[in-house]
Amino acid sequence: MEVCGGQTHAILRWGLDQLLPPGLRLIHGPGCPVCVTPAERIDAALELAARPEVILCSYGDMLRVPGERFPGERLPGDSGASDLLGARAAGGDVRLLTSPLQALALAQAAPERQLVFLAVGFETTAPATGLMLRQARALGLTNLSVLLAHVRVAPAMAALLQEPGNQVQGFLAAGHVGAVMGTAELGQLVQRHRVPVVVTGFEPADVMAGLLRLVQLLEEGTPALANAYGRVVRQQGNAAAQALLAEVFEVVDQPWRGLGPIAGGGLALAPAYRSFDALQRFGLHPAAAPVASQNPAGPCISGLILQGRAIPPDCPAFGSDCTPERPLGAPMVSSEGACAAYHRYRLPAP
Amino acid sequence: MSDCIQLAHGGGGTLMQQLINQELRALYADPAQVLHDAARLELPPGPLAFSTDGYVVQPLEFPGGDIGSLAVIGTANDLAMAGARPLHLSVALLLEEGLPLALLRRLVASMAAAARACELTIVTGDTKVVERGKADGIFITTSGIGLVQAPAPIDPTAIRSGDQLLVSGDLGRHGVAILAARHGLALVPPVFSDCAPLWPQVRALLEAGVRIHCLRDLTRGGLASALQELAEAAGVELAIEEARLPVLEPVARTCELLGFEPLHLANEGRFVVVVPPQARDQAQALLAASGGAFIGRVRPASNGARVLLTTSFGTERLLLPLSGELLPRIC
Repeated sequence: MEVCGGQTHAILRWGLDQLLPPGLRLIHGPGCPVCVTPAERIDAALELAARPEVILCSYGDMLRVPGERFPGERLPGDSGASDLLGARAAGGDVRLLTSPLQALALAQAAPERQLVFLAVGFETTAPATGLMLRQARALGLTNLSVLLAHVRVAPAMAALLQEPGNQVQGFLAAGHVGAVMGTAELGQLVQRHRVPVVVTGFEPADVMAGLLRLVQLLEEGTPALANAYGRVVRQQGNAAAQALLAEVFEVVDQPWRGLGPIAGGGLALAPAYRSFDALQRFGLHPAAAPVASQNPAGPCISGLILQGRAIPPDCPAFGSDCTPERPLGAPMVSSEGACAAYHRYRLPAP
Repeated sequence: MSDCIQLAHGGGGTLMQQLINQELRALYADPAQVLHDAARLELPPGPLAFSTDGYVVQPLEFPGGDIGSLAVIGTANDLAMAGARPLHLSVALLLEEGLPLALLRRLVASMAAAARACELTIVTGDTKVVERGKADGIFITTSGIGLVQAPAPIDPTAIRSGDQLLVSGDLGRHGVAILAARHGLALVPPVFSDCAPLWPQVRALLEAGVRIHCLRDLTRGGLASALQELAEAAGVELAIEEARLPVLEPVARTCELLGFEPLHLANEGRFVVVVPPQARDQAQALLAASGGAFIGRVRPASNGARVLLTTSFGTERLLLPLSGELLPRIC
């Protein structure tokens, strides 16, 4: 399994899977931060974006991911936007950021407004959110808060291995995450679950090099950890980023969209930073009911796809009722989602 | 005169006269030209091409160009895509109250320079001012007429299976320049827009006697959208080879970082040329100076009108137009 959606896209974009010998099958993993962000976080963001005092900011892809309400599920007369771009069209002040640090300047420039940053992503983007919060705290900003949806990858890999019927025999781990976190937690995964893991990059040659190393490990028969992305990933990772994560966040159990609750699968604000929690500040309460791990209503099988149990062409709605313009599930929305990758690149079977 | 555009600048009174006389006359080839409700034109004989386009862009000024040069060159380029030499342009300016006059002055100078570069004249214009918040600084609409110089009609219906596809230069640079300016990405070295007049290259092809079946300029949506439009309009399949596509290193790297497809990024000074097989080498030689290249072929649409791309690994994939807004990826 290639864990990261960026790797899935590289594989489909370059047709790498078509170059593999029979017997070697790539299972697409859940590493698409947009896809696994719980729907109720997006619903909370939509609710906040509708408030006149709020400037709602997030990364680009996040703006078009539907919350619980997909366009097809809209009731007659319901004008409620189902994604943040829709909320913006309806008059909400929704802005795209490329770095969370831009939120600081926006908040300072508009002291009468409330700036809310919808913070998504893996350990790759969490340090940037942490840096922003550390500076916001130092500046004493009271009109900035975060809607937190940061997730941790290694616990999700462990959870997938424990699912009954798991087919994954080896992992191509996400190189970006390794650059921040180092390889220690992957080493523990190897020890605990006896499965080989190769830290792998995102360029086509990186993916092929990772795959070669993984096949070698499988043939040797000894579950081990290897790093095929040494030009970026060091064993100890990025110590400054890890210290920042430890200061600003704490590890919590968190539901992943499509996968369900993951033990240790997410980040929450550490006590010293809880005043920046948007849910608290605006009196929103996260849904009490756990997020279902099954699929959304209708034919969409995005849950199975995120778990690596199906590929997009298996879905009856793929390419017909479900397209990037009218997505039924998050993997069709995100530029890192597996359904979007198949739709964008793969020739239909003749 | 105050240093910002006021509502009265569009009110038809003395401020508007001042604006026209002091700031906007520079648009015209002869600033002393007597302005009237309509321009009277003496046109050479032959078929005319006529095109119009509205321009909105943020930021108004970007590395390698601005909304002013874009508005002149863009419409001139549309005329060139019909095999026409651009002759005359009309310019309608929609100004937002509060627009700094210094900025307007720069944009006007830039439009005048672009008109000279395109060897066309701006012959008539209009100015309106809307309240603050009702526009994004300035919107510009230009319409142009050109004299068709191509011996046969240039349009998608002339495309035939077996035809060869070329591009006139490197891809995606305008898109990267705009994205970098819009999102505050400090690219080192900076990437400049490719905004440039296309008529000189089209004229060179025509003067050399190259038989041109179709031309299409690459604007929003980049090469991918242009090819998809051509495939559908002509009812053919287009097969291009990734290894032949001219994408400069800084553009490729920026796309890799942000998760963009270079073939989805806008150009403002590039076009696709479709020629019969025997004209390919000559067209390629003429376009080589600007970084142009042969990129692929036209095939029968046995599986529908579509665009296929052979990757540098030899695998084949679809090339779809951009879906929705171009948004940077998360990680």
